[in-house]
Amino acid sequence: MIDKKTVLSVAGLARLSLKEEEINLYQRQLADVLSYIDKLNQLDVRDVEPTFHAISVENVLREDKLQESLSVENVLSNAPSKERGCFKVPKIIS
Amino acid sequence: MKPEFRTIKQIKNDKEKSCVLIKKMSEIIKQNDINIGAYVHLSLESALLCARVAPKDKTLSGIPVAIKDNICEQGIPTCCASKILEGFKPPYNATVIKKLKEAGAIPFGKTNMDEFAFGSSTETSFYKITKNPWDKTRVPGGSSGGSAAAVASGEAVCALGSDTGGSIRQPASFCGVVGLKPTYGRVSRYGLIAFASGLDQIGPITRTVEDSAMLLQTIAGYDPKDSTSVDIPVPDYSKSLIQSVKGLKIGVPEECFAQGLDKEIEDSVKEAINLLQKLGGKIIKIQLPHMEYSVATYCIIATAEASSNLARFDAVRYGYRAEEPEGLGAIEMVSKSRSIGFGSETKRRILLGTYVLSSGYYEAYYIKAQKVRTLIKEDFEDAFKVCDCIIMPTSPTPAFKIGEKIKDPLSMYLSDIFTISINLAGLPAISVPCGFTSSGLPIGMQIIGRAFDEEMLFKIGFAYQSNTRWHTMKPE
Repeated sequence: MIDKKTVLSVAGLARLSLKEEEINLYQRQLADVLSYIDKLNQLDVRDVEPTFHAISVENVLREDKLQESLSVENVLSNAPSKERGCFKVPKIIS
Repeated sequence: MKPEFRTIKQIKNDKEKSCVLIKKMSEIIKQNDINIGAYVHLSLESALLCARVAPKDKTLSGIPVAIKDNICEQGIPTCCASKILEGFKPPYNATVIKKLKEAGAIPFGKTNMDEFAFGSSTETSFYKITKNPWDKTRVPGGSSGGSAAAVASGEAVCALGSDTGGSIRQPASFCGVVGLKPTYGRVSRYGLIAFASGLDQIGPITRTVEDSAMLLQTIAGYDPKDSTSVDIPVPDYSKSLIQSVKGLKIGVPEECFAQGLDKEIEDSVKEAINLLQKLGGKIIKIQLPHMEYSVATYCIIATAEASSNLARFDAVRYGYRAEEPEGLGAIEMVSKSRSIGFGSETKRRILLGTYVLSSGYYEAYYIKAQKVRTLIKEDFEDAFKVCDCIIMPTSPTPAFKIGEKIKDPLSMYLSDIFTISINLAGLPAISVPCGFTSSGLPIGMQIIGRAFDEEMLFKIGFAYQSNTRWHTMKPE
């Protein structure tokens, strides 16, 4: 069973600050979904290999050579706050 | 102005000038879309410019294509129907957009969707609720509901959507159009704003199977910019558009016709299977014993990947940033921005995903789900030892009422029970209209093929549409 404290701790990890009514709502809904998910415990999967990729994949490497990239202006074009060619953020170290 | 119900092929035969067509489409949308709400952004100017410079005599020359709002088009707002991306203009084109343009097609508008593609009803969009053109009190399905509604209502000739757990096929089924989810890796995901990277795939929504084949032909193929894109040749799909299914072994899973399936859907899909049998197909009963675990498996894998993908929304490089009162630290800025910028369903999925990935639960949930995924995949591998394709309903019910499931996430997730397992196995599947309920709602059947065998889907879908008229029906 998922309690309020767990919802708050997960929200903290996910960088979400929740209002009181959201905490109650998500506590209930997450409990419902998690209890449904417990259905998987009916299966014995001890000897089953997990499938991380539907289609078998190999690591993809490319040659290490210079190629054109987006301009600084383009990269900054959607920034909510910028200054002198940089992304601007609130003070991190007090 | 009356909506357009022509196919790509008809437009090409009519030789209508693309500028005229685009202006006409935009007039139709301006007049009619107020009732449907399929579009979140129209890019008329850029479409006209594109039409002027587009190469002529290519497969899709002059064909306008509506684009789901999670596919990046350079300079055109792409918001994933979320407040957090409001006003975002991508500085680059998704590979599918580049390929469409190279084939002469004209991307001309962004279609509504569930926020970040999280949903099955297009009700979780930050902007508006899209309505089903067949019954405006009902949902068009989701998350590519805008794309499906646009094609169904004659506000688009064809469209692109994305499918993580059924988000192309289920709305196509609810709206009476054709929706294809290609094999995972067949179409580049570069420039698709990721939901669950291991399941997402871009695909076409069209009126006919023939149009679907033409669009896939254009967007399929290896892309070095997507490390999961698969480097195998793309066949000439026009060659699979033959009217014969003679000798093909069609698998019908018994589990899909069990309890919980709407009776009218059961009847329509069974009738479609009978027709294919009359046309020479051989019906083979098969089992997919782990299908009942697919929604639970999906809930874990999809939310885990979504929570990880959405961690990039930190209000630093792009997206919504909350007002900064004096003294607000960086972490608070990120948390506050995400809390205001994301909608309720998105936050729910991020929380669930973060929970199942958190230390102590990772093995119990994430690893276990990936193991069950193996069992689901093996079910399909076993089935394809005895059949060439599998047919089942696309959705267990027809389009439901707006508001009916929005407060109950679990019942919403369960509406994708027939589509989800195909994403987990990475297979291709197409939804084709196969009838209507007594109250006039479209019904879709799903044809599933082996990995990279989209030709089989086109072959069966084309034979079916050549012998039925469901795909020619129009909403009033």
